[in-house]
Parts: sequence; structure tokens; C-alpha cells
Amino acid sequence: MFDADAVRAPYSGLLDWSRNMPQELRSLKQNEAEALFRRIGITFAVYGEGGSPDRLIPFDMFPRVFQADEWARLERGVKQRAKALNAFLVDVYGRGEIVKAGRIPARLVYQNEAYETAVCGIVPSKGVYAHIVGIDLVRTGPDEFFVLEDNCRTPSGVSYMLENREIMMRMFPGLFQENRIAPVENYPALLRRTLASVAPAKCDGTPRVVILTPGHFNSAYYEHSFLADMMGVELVEGADLFVEGDFCWMRTTEGPKKVDVIYRRIDDAFIDPLCFRPDSMLGVPGLMNVYRSGGVNICSAPGAGVADDKAIYTYVPEMIRFYLGEAPILKNVPTWQCTKPEDCKYVLEHLDELVVKEVHGSGGYGMLVGPRSDKATIELFAQKIREKPWNYIAQPTLALSTCPTFVEEGIAPRHVDLRPYCLVGENIDLVPGGLTRVALTEGSLVVNSSQGGGVKDTWVMAE
Amino acid sequence: MRLTISHETVYRFNPPMRGVVQSHRLTPSQFEGQQVIEWQVQVDGATRGAAFRDGAGDWIETVTLLGPVSEVRVSVRGTIETRDLAGVLRGHRETVPPLAYLRPTIATEADKALRALASRALADVPQDDFLARAHALSAAVSAAIRYSPGETVAGTSAAQALAQGMGVCQDHTHALIAVAQASDIPARYVTGYLESGSDGGAHEASHAWAELWIEGIGWIGFDPSNECCPDDRYVRVGSGHDAEGAAPIRGVAEGTGIEAMEVDVRIEDANSPGNQGQTQQ
Repeated sequence: MFDADAVRAPYSGLLDWSRNMPQELRSLKQNEAEALFRRIGITFAVYGEGGSPDRLIPFDMFPRVFQADEWARLERGVKQRAKALNAFLVDVYGRGEIVKAGRIPARLVYQNEAYETAVCGIVPSKGVYAHIVGIDLVRTGPDEFFVLEDNCRTPSGVSYMLENREIMMRMFPGLFQENRIAPVENYPALLRRTLASVAPAKCDGTPRVVILTPGHFNSAYYEHSFLADMMGVELVEGADLFVEGDFCWMRTTEGPKKVDVIYRRIDDAFIDPLCFRPDSMLGVPGLMNVYRSGGVNICSAPGAGVADDKAIYTYVPEMIRFYLGEAPILKNVPTWQCTKPEDCKYVLEHLDELVVKEVHGSGGYGMLVGPRSDKATIELFAQKIREKPWNYIAQPTLALSTCPTFVEEGIAPRHVDLRPYCLVGENIDLVPGGLTRVALTEGSLVVNSSQGGGVKDTWVMAE
Repeated sequence: MRLTISHETVYRFNPPMRGVVQSHRLTPSQFEGQQVIEWQVQVDGATRGAAFRDGAGDWIETVTLLGPVSEVRVSVRGTIETRDLAGVLRGHRETVPPLAYLRPTIATEADKALRALASRALADVPQDDFLARAHALSAAVSAAIRYSPGETVAGTSAAQALAQGMGVCQDHTHALIAVAQASDIPARYVTGYLESGSDGGAHEASHAWAELWIEGIGWIGFDPSNECCPDDRYVRVGSGHDAEGAAPIRGVAEGTGIEAMEVDVRIEDANSPGNQGQTQQ
């Protein structure tokens, strides 16, 4: 937020706004925001933690702001990455050129637990495997962004992007009159258009799109039903669908309706008990056969996870060069792979300055932030790494940018990250915004909502 | 060899089910070692569809029956001409990269004992003689697990079978996959038929064996149950990472009925009068 000790331009007006807000008004608005979140039912269930599964994610009213030119560059970088990740997926399930060219180790791809042999040889409609790519970014300087990780399966959190905006507009309509803020409200329409654009060739009418949810016990169920509402499509569970002949059908009171595109929010392993886990009750028996014979499309495509694996991540800049012949616009965080002996040795010697993550971990669980951990925790991690080196990667602790945030004493800087949601179908689209997560604890670098992080509205100023 | 095959699988449900969905892998592979003369898969009262050739080269079909379903009868009949290629899967079109078959499943995970079996088997075999290494592993599995029906179940893993020292072709195959993968050799599960004649030496008409990826040659079949490589008595149908993945029929029935299954396989050398059949319950 600060530029050579001065507040960066886009924030100066907002700082005045926040400073001029009387304390009583601030708490009034904070309560109002919380009430709104509760009323619409947007809550977040936290895995592995006690307490209420319906805890609210703290909402911070101070928006995070991008200028138009900053965003334009970010947008190019995100779209470039989404394109390369999809090219990679089509390649590794097809001819494997990038592997043959020796640009990425064959074993890293083909022995990866997210590599799905059941979809080898399949080129999904429009050559897209990952239709919604969530890219987690941090800023470390005025023009410097690093990608922390890619999410090619079913990245969640987009409902917060939409709800945070909605609530800000309701509470502070004046702010939206004084500032020219690019809209994000068309995201559901764009998502629907993207999904419809990848209907299989066998679909000869208007494609029927559905969202497949594991059900209301899932922590992201709110988002599934929210998106279905906003897009005007059916929200279904596995039992609502069935396979007959060459197609997948939805049971309705008016008889079966053919389904063309399934935006699935369940993991690969549960999609179809005849292809993956035989004990899955969440999926649709036979669905993978219909998918593989071209009767329905599944978004994201089964097998897409191999592109967002943390070990594959290291090679994304290489994918951009290989498939697009371009220089990567967004940087990768240098990553040490503990499975490599020399990397592992370095990591063990520098644990106090590194961030260590599990290769398949998510949600901020099972990670070590070296500079903020005590000796005992570090020693515990060293032991874990020695036992299962292949399970860990390490990265330097980045000097994350901060954003003004309402705290007890007034306004203070807190670290933030950003997840924009890139849509890939016939076109590649990125709405100007995303989910900004904020580490509410002073000095903390962990923004995960499961670890005490909050969310903010993200503004992109119109030209 | 010209082989005539009849393979009937009957599922009975009591009480009847609301519906049944099956994925079939019941049509012989296309490669230089075999040529289908005629082949038919029949399921009375079923809707068929969603048929395709998968990345491993197998022909897959989907079958659905609407309830109430009290019986599903899957009848496979056909005639096929086979050639002895000494186990080599020559001219088989597939897109799955061999390295993907280095990843174990729950059934093929190598435990300490399987790893030890692998390293003992390879102790005196030159590192670069890939074919000799594969043969040594197959022989070690045959010796370590005695063929003995009824001692293991469908869910028995390679590690469990080795611990018991007894098993059937499924267990032999899982164990060979495990020791091969532990020795960095890609390996997979193959299902098919075996014409074992009247000498009583060979086991199981509906059969399973392993294929190992041999650098410089390709996929080669190894049958630890019969201590040989597949020849013209073998009919290759499909493959997978383990028995479940390669299963000729995978199905789900909707309802609460109890399922009973009966399998009858008959294979005949079309040029010789003798025949053999086998019923499994």
C-alpha cells in the first residue's frame, strides 16, 4: 500500500474515507456486513478444526485496489498461464511432446498421482481440460507478482468475490459513485457462456448445463447453490443423474432431460464408481464412459489435477515458453523439491527462513512458515521431511504486499494475496477482480480462511 | 490356433434391483497375435451405448437395465484365430505412457516382503538384461505363491497373498506387478481366456496374467500361474492397473437386493474335438 513511505495513489482517497469514518459508524457498518453475510447464508466450514462448521469468514471493509494498467498486465499474465496449463494437459494426455523434448521429467508427470490413465488419448471439447483456473498470486513490489499456486480442478471462493462486492455496494453506495470501479457481476453469465461453449459435438441444441455437488455436507455447498442460482442452471447430486445409451440424463418431474455439460464440484475419485473408487456414492455410474465416448462434457475434465500439482508448478514457466513461445509474464516462486537430494539438504539447513508445504496439501494445513516458528516446530518438520522427502516442497518467505485493513486501533497494513478466476472455453475471460484474502493477525503471512484469514472486496479501477 | 469361446455371466438379485449399470471390457484386443473371426456380446433387455476404445486400447461398452431387475445375463460368444508371439504384444495401438504403470494401487502396493522377494530374484541377474530380469521376477512369484483356489478373495492384495503363500491367477498377477514396479519395471494386469486342453496343466479358462514393459521390445506377457509367456492358447481381452481396473465387467446395481453371480467359461480348440469348461460361483 505504501510507495517509498507514501500511500500509493489509488489508496489516498480511500484512506481519507476510512479516517473520516466515525468509530460508531464503523462498528455499525461492520455489524451490518456481518448480518448481511449471515442472512444470505455465506459461511465457511473449516476442516480439521473444532467449533461451528458455519463460521463466518471475517470481512474487512477496506477494499483492495488495482489501477487499470496494473490490472491489464496481471490479466495478460493470468490468461497466458491458463492457456499454457491447458496446452500442457492436452499434451500429456496425448502425444507428450513436452516430455519427449525433455523439458519436464517424464516421471514427474506420468507417475503423478493426479495423472489419470483413464483419460489418455482424450481431447475434450475445444481442447480445454481446466475451464476455471484459479491462480493464487502475491505482490512483492510495484510491478512484481509471484504465482503461489495454480488451481485447475475446482477452485472455490468465487462466491466471495461476488458477495463482497454486493455487500460493499449496499453499504457504501457513495464509494461506487465517486470511484469508477470495473464490474464483476457478469461472472456467472460468463461462466455459463464458457460452460455452454464446451458442449460436446453430439449436443445439437442449446446445451444443458448442470452443477454437480457432493451435497450440503460439503464445505463449499453454499457456493455450489449460489452459482447455480446466479447462472440459472440446475444444482444436482449424483443420484439426480443417470446414464442410458450414449448420454447422461437428469431426472425431472417432466421426465428425463439430457445433460450436456457438467460443472462438477466433486473430486475425480468420486465421479464414477465404474471407473474410479467403486465405493463412491456421490458420482454417477457409467458417467466416465459417456464422457469418454463424447456424450457429455465434464468441467474441469477428469485428470486436470496433474497440471496444478505443486511439483509440476515449477515447470509452468517452461510450459509457457514451450507451448506459447512467450516469456512468462508472472513469476514463479523459486521452489526446492525435497525429493531431490541436493534440494532437500538445502531445505533442511535453511528451515528457519523457508516456507515448507505438502505437495498435495491445501488450505494452509500442514505447512511451516520458518521465520515465524519456534525451534520445536522446525525440528518436527525436519523429521517429517526426512521421513517423506517426496511429500514436501519449500519456498523462500516472500515480502508480501500489504493493504490497509480495519483493525482494533484504526487502520493498519496487513498482508494480502489474490485469487483471480480465469474462464477458459471457446474464449478466455477474466473478470476484473478476484478474491483478496487478508491475514488479519499482525505480521502473519498465512491468509487461508482456515487459519484466521479474512476477505476483502477487490477493486480494479476503470480506465 | 482357432479358438471358440463361450463366456456366460449371470447376476441374480433378490429382491430385484431398481436398475443396473455395467461397463464391459469383453471384446478381444487388436494386435498381431490375434484376429477376431466373429464376436458377440449379448445382454437381454439391456440398453447399450457409450462405446469407445480407451487409451489402453480396450473396447469398452456401457449397458443399462431399468428395474425391476432380478437377473442380468451377459453372454459372450466368439471365434478367434491366435498366433504365438512368445508373449510380445506386437502391433497393439494404445496411448497410455508405459511410465504410468509404475504407480501401484492398493492391490499391487509392494510391502517389505515383496521388495525383498524382488531383490532376491534379481540378485544375480545383470542390470541391463531387462528380459532376464522380468523372467526372474515371474519365476520368483510362481515359487513364492502356490496355486491354490479358495484361499484368497477378490479383495486380497499382493502383499496378503505373498504372506499366505497361496492364491490364484489374480494373486500371482498382482504380486508380479508389485515386484516389477518395485524393480522399476512398468507392469499391468491383463484379463483374457486360456485354452488349457486336456492335460490339466494349465489353470483357469477365464484367466489373468501380467504384462511388463521391456525397454527395446515393448509390452510382454508373463503368466506366473502357468510359468510361461502367453502363446496361441491365450486370448487377450483388456488391461488395467489391477484386477479391478481391468475387470471384464464392472457394475453397480441400485437397490438393496442381495447379489449372486455365476460364471461359465468354455473354450474349445475349433480344430480338435476336446473341450473344457469351468463354472465359478
